[in-house]
Formats: sequence, C-alpha cells, structure tokens
Amino acid sequence: MTQIFDTLAQEQIRKDIPVFRAGDTVKVHVRIREGDKERIQLFTGLVIARDGGGATETFTVRRESFGEGVERVFPLHSPMIEKIEVDRKGRVRRAKLYYLRGRRGKKAKVRELRAT
Amino acid sequence: MIGLIGRKLGMTRVFDAEGRQIPVTVIGAGPCTVVQRKTADRDGYDAVQLGFEEQKASRVAKAEAGHSRKAGEKVFKVLREFRLDEGETAEAGTELTVAQFEGVRHLDVTATSKGRGFQGVMKRHGHRGGPATHGSGWHRRPGSIGQRTWPSRVFKGMKMPGQHGNRQVTTQNLEVVQVRPEDSVILVRGAVPGPTGGLVLVRRSLKKGAVA
Repeated sequence: MTQIFDTLAQEQIRKDIPVFRAGDTVKVHVRIREGDKERIQLFTGLVIARDGGGATETFTVRRESFGEGVERVFPLHSPMIEKIEVDRKGRVRRAKLYYLRGRRGKKAKVRELRAT
Repeated sequence: MIGLIGRKLGMTRVFDAEGRQIPVTVIGAGPCTVVQRKTADRDGYDAVQLGFEEQKASRVAKAEAGHSRKAGEKVFKVLREFRLDEGETAEAGTELTVAQFEGVRHLDVTATSKGRGFQGVMKRHGHRGGPATHGSGWHRRPGSIGQRTWPSRVFKGMKMPGQHGNRQVTTQNLEVVQVRPEDSVILVRGAVPGPTGGLVLVRRSLKKGAVA
C-alpha cells in the first residue's frame, strides 16, 4: 500500500535535473514571481549538501555575498527552479561540506575535479 | 455521501500550482461497503454502517460474519457507523469510494491519537513548570491546585497529570489537496491524529463541508 509514495514521487520528479554532487559549483535559475510578473534570478554557488531522496530531495548552495556567507536550500524538483547549470565539478571527499562554513577566502576553496 | 473508513499511510510533501511545497498526510480510504442501513423508523436515527478491509470469514466471529453477509458476500475487519444527513441515503450493499470526496474542499478526520502514557502536567497540558536552575527546586510540578478551607475541594476539570493521548481526536477543516480515485487515496494538508497505519474516519467537514 505504501507504493503510493513512489507513485507520488514519480509524478513530481523532474527528469531534466543534471547530475551534480557536493563540491560542484552550480548556477540555479530561480523563478521569482512579483505580482503577476515572473522573472528569473540566478543564484550561483557551491553545492555543500544534498539531502533526502525522491520528490522531497533538497540541495544546499553556499556563496559569499558582500563578505557574508549565504546559504540557500532548494527543493531539487521544485517547479520554481527554471534550470540548474553545473559550472564546475569539485574534488571533494565527503558528501556534506559543512566544514566550509567556518572558512573564508582561500581556505574555503574546493579543488577542481580532473578527469583521470 | 458523508464518510469513509481508511488508514493513515504517512506524510510527505507535494508541490502545489504555485510551486510551493505543501505538507500532506496520505490517507488510504475505502472502498467501503454499506453493511447496514439504520433508519429513523426502526433504529431511531438515520445512519449507515460501513465495512472496511475484507477479512476471511474464519477470522471473524460468526455473528459478525453473518451480519456482514446480509449486505453481500464480503466479510469485513472493521465496521463503523456514519450518520446520514437530511435527504441522504445509501442502500445496503453499495460500495463507496474516495470518488465521493471529489470537489470537496475540506474534511474532518477522526482517529485515536498516539498514546503517550501517564504524563506530567508540562507535556500533557503545556504548563511552563519552574526554573531549571538557580536552586529553584520546583521544576515540572503542577503548582497549586486550589484554595483553602473554602472550598476545601479541588475543582472539577483541574489540569493534572494522567493518561496523555490514546483518545479519540477529530481534526477539523483539513484542506483536501488531492483525491486519487485510482489509488483510493486522499491527500490532506497537514497532520492527522494517530500513528501511520492507524485507522481513521474521514467525513466531509462539518463546518466547511458545504459543496460549492
């Protein structure tokens, strides 16, 4: 009977999401609704976590904005996301990069993944 | 029609038309068969008795199995009664599904809440208790429960420790997010009393149930 949750997830999951993981730098095109007008806003930053699975999966993007660390959590399959672009693959050894939170500048750098 | 028996299948989130995520409870309701029709003439009130979840006849008391069979072949695990509104009727033997809730905006859901055992006044009634530190020595107690020689008794209904949960709770005016007749499932916004897998009774909302 709980297969209903799979059915519900299948209906909501988007097929156009690129493959990316923690450590990658992404551009998230977010739909913003102002009154009855809609525009696209870009949020660029480093993916520091992906959480959950199925239709409720989320990912966290971190960026430095005016010297202040900003994190945004997006539902991966949200219709409010126009698209996700993967700018850069990072070489990281863990799934959650929360250790970057305490770091700034060069210490908060993630090395680029080199194809082997 | 006015109600269905079902089970709480759990919670998840669903995107609405505006792209927002809405917390929903998934209720697997019906199909239920009308086992008995109670009439004002014979029983003093108008109601239907619904059967839910078919069961092998050998697993049910013979009296109950016989009772179920009056309306058809099936024998049911769960039997519950639903009052009929003025002008409503349903013959014994009719099968009811979640399709009856299509177009309905709000539902009331009745279930037995999760049992929490014998609990103090803070958990059970939301009292604040006392300071944890600074030598107060008065942490989670109920405090004064009354006056003195007059009235020399404790007023009825005083909030005290005791059994918490495991009682019948009705959550009213739950917004219907989706009705899925093909899965015989209803998605309702927000939480519903009781554990996942618990029995729930779903009715059209008493206060907001008028069909538009």
